Amino acid sequence: MVIGLSHYLTVAAILFTLGTLGIFLNRKNVIVILMSIELILLAVNINFVAFSVFLGNITGQIFALFVLTVAAAEAAIGLAILVVFFRNRGSIAVEDINTMKG
Amino acid sequence: MSLAALFFYLFAGVAVASAFMVIASRNPVHSVLFLILTFVNAAGLFILIGAEYLAMLLVVVYVGAVAVLFLFVVMMLDVDFVELRQGFLQYMPVGVLIGLVFLAELVLVFGSWTFGQGVTGAVAAAPSDVTNAVQIGRVLYTDYVYFFQAAAMILLVAMIGAIVLTLRHKPNVKRQSIPVQNARTKKMAMDVVKVPSGKGL
Repeated sequence: MVIGLSHYLTVAAILFTLGTLGIFLNRKNVIVILMSIELILLAVNINFVAFSVFLGNITGQIFALFVLTVAAAEAAIGLAILVVFFRNRGSIAVEDINTMKG
Repeated sequence: MSLAALFFYLFAGVAVASAFMVIASRNPVHSVLFLILTFVNAAGLFILIGAEYLAMLLVVVYVGAVAVLFLFVVMMLDVDFVELRQGFLQYMPVGVLIGLVFLAELVLVFGSWTFGQGVTGAVAAAPSDVTNAVQIGRVLYTDYVYFFQAAAMILLVAMIGAIVLTLRHKPNVKRQSIPVQNARTKKMAMDVVKVPSGKGL
């Protein structure tokens, strides 16, 4: 049995769905939401790399590199905001983050 | 079943199962550890497909930096995580329903993907006798050098932003001030007092 492009795309689709499901289910816990976003970005990266390899074009892996960079920056900033918010409010529940009433 | 297929199903199965445990486990520390397991298995998938450089990058950046960052934050914040899990069962049915529909759509679209006639990736195709890292380097430092530097700027801004956000000055803490220290003279620092004998100060 040959492992083809569709196998990798299916794995990425399952990971993406689990990431969105994590945002749905853990909608009070910001930390798990951030982890779910990381899962979604990982699924995107798997898609990029799979298409890159099966097309024989290295550009997809370059783009996956940039996605990785942005994901790392986003995690750092998000966790910093989380720490500052916890320091000021003493809670990280999502429904408490309503000062701006947006 | 070939060895490659066996390893694909091993890595994919463990990755999906640990991704499920990331969103389902009660303790966020366990979630972070399962996230690490997911990323390690995704790195295994990348190695299997022939993208070694990104696999190593995934291990170094995610397991080495991002996951440890998550772990520190989860352990440092004194939060009642049981309270945060309330409503989990309430949203479970509709969430699982939406997830299943979404997954079915994605698998139906992507599961039978084939490239059309005449679709080739020959834009930046590299000779196959060089390694993956060399291929990436040849393209990244020539065609995409400005994007590379933009990524570096993003990381710099993120670093400065995180430091600025979390740095705080407590009012009652004595801090070292280098100019004040350097400006001290013997006259400011010492006071010679003549103590008369038998009287004290």
